[in-house]
Amino acid sequence: METEVLYSNFKSEEYFINMGPQHPATHGVLRLLLTIDGEIIKKVEPDLGYIHRSIEKMCERDSYQQIVHLTDRMDYLSANINNEAVCLAVENALQLEIPERVKVIRTIIGELTRIASHCLWWGVMGMDVGALTTYFYGFRDREMINDIMEETCGARLTMNYNVPGGLMLDIHPNFVNRVKEFVAHFKTKLPEYDRLLTGNVIFQKRTVGVGVLSREDAISFGASGPVGRASGYSCDVRKHHPYSAYDRVTFEEALRTEGDTYARYLVRIQEMWESLSIVEQLIDNIPEGEHRVATNAVIKLPKGEYYQKVETARGELGVYIISTGTKNPYRLKFRSPGFSNLSLLNHIAVGGKIGDLVATMATLDLVIPDIDR
Amino acid sequence: MTHEALQDLIGSWFQELEFTSEESQFLNIKVPPENLHALMQQLREHPDTRFDYLFCLSGVDWGEELGVVYHLESTTKRHMLVVKVYTADRENPEFDSVSDIWATAEFHEREVFDFFGIRFTNHPNLKRLFLTEDWEGFPLRKDYEDDVNMILH
Repeated sequence: METEVLYSNFKSEEYFINMGPQHPATHGVLRLLLTIDGEIIKKVEPDLGYIHRSIEKMCERDSYQQIVHLTDRMDYLSANINNEAVCLAVENALQLEIPERVKVIRTIIGELTRIASHCLWWGVMGMDVGALTTYFYGFRDREMINDIMEETCGARLTMNYNVPGGLMLDIHPNFVNRVKEFVAHFKTKLPEYDRLLTGNVIFQKRTVGVGVLSREDAISFGASGPVGRASGYSCDVRKHHPYSAYDRVTFEEALRTEGDTYARYLVRIQEMWESLSIVEQLIDNIPEGEHRVATNAVIKLPKGEYYQKVETARGELGVYIISTGTKNPYRLKFRSPGFSNLSLLNHIAVGGKIGDLVATMATLDLVIPDIDR
Repeated sequence: MTHEALQDLIGSWFQELEFTSEESQFLNIKVPPENLHALMQQLREHPDTRFDYLFCLSGVDWGEELGVVYHLESTTKRHMLVVKVYTADRENPEFDSVSDIWATAEFHEREVFDFFGIRFTNHPNLKRLFLTEDWEGFPLRKDYEDDVNMILH
């Protein structure tokens, strides 16, 4: 009997593998279709939509107060900042004068949110490259912030504390003290983060020089947040288009020029220090006054178009509202930071190994509901 | 540059542009589809405009017309601009892709194609991004009929 030769040699050839949608390193339901040659990545194609909920279409149905609730479910680790973005857009459109107290509290909670988000990121970043311990330390400190949020906002993750016109409730009497306790606590813990992971030789071997993104490409791909800043691109919305109380605090924009995975890591570590500093500057100076100004029960924005940018933990979130003067937006678009940051993954992962892809993705800090919306 | 200076400069490049600053915090330019790519290229390259950052690209169903809205910013000059393009052809809407000018447009244009059915010529990989390939219709259009009635009541 003759045998048929199916393959004449065993030369390397390209083949596909699926990474996700249930892969631990994708942190959510993201599927990456990898074209690989051996262990070298030739192409990364993200397959999205596993948890697309059509939030933009739902917004066309909902009132502006209701829309705020939906934004929690986009980037759930920056829930409060997302809420703030919609509220600011509506307030600017209505030309409402927002009390100073509201601006300061929003800024403090926004920065606490950023620290909590970065804590979680730091924990899973270590885990992704094989350092399981970081996860527990990151979650321990994030828990303190969640407890503060629970006491003041009534929820730990999807806070929903902002409403158009101000805050839903005034801060809890314990708020100031607990935040100060946290700041003092976290200042002793951040150096531990460095001692545990930042200087670790294995960690550095996994990250230095991996997934390099140049400044020009960062701008072209619309990178924002720590991803853009690690490439030397000054893109902090808090600096360039200040909102709430960011015009009265001093902080340094964390910038690095290397553009690699390690630089993105260092930028986020520095951002936690800067966020602590912002919280410290404001916590003793929360102005007295109203926590909310009255708006109409049914909010109708004047006919026109409104755009509001804010800096979430992941980068620039844009809210683009087109109003025809009715109680719903005619069209509402969320420009989410994760969406643009994901689009550059193929660019920086090609030529690297699969293990590098995991490390690179960890520092892009993707939150999939933010991309899928 | 101020809105007026931008308007004077950009208006001198092409004849058919319409400018407005009403009902928006930005200077808005309405450009005919055939001039879109040339205008965008010029906005990106010209030393006085240097719009190197496309921060938002949105599809909009204006009822009669479909359109795309481009939000641009210059990272060196820090001025911002909005460019809008419209087509009345709802059956076969088509614009030039700007993904060769700004890499971020590649994903954003796929999203617009997915939800509005607007095609972009010269796009490197134009296919659905979120929805499955066999999805019928374009959900963010105003005339989209949702049989299951999950989203709009």
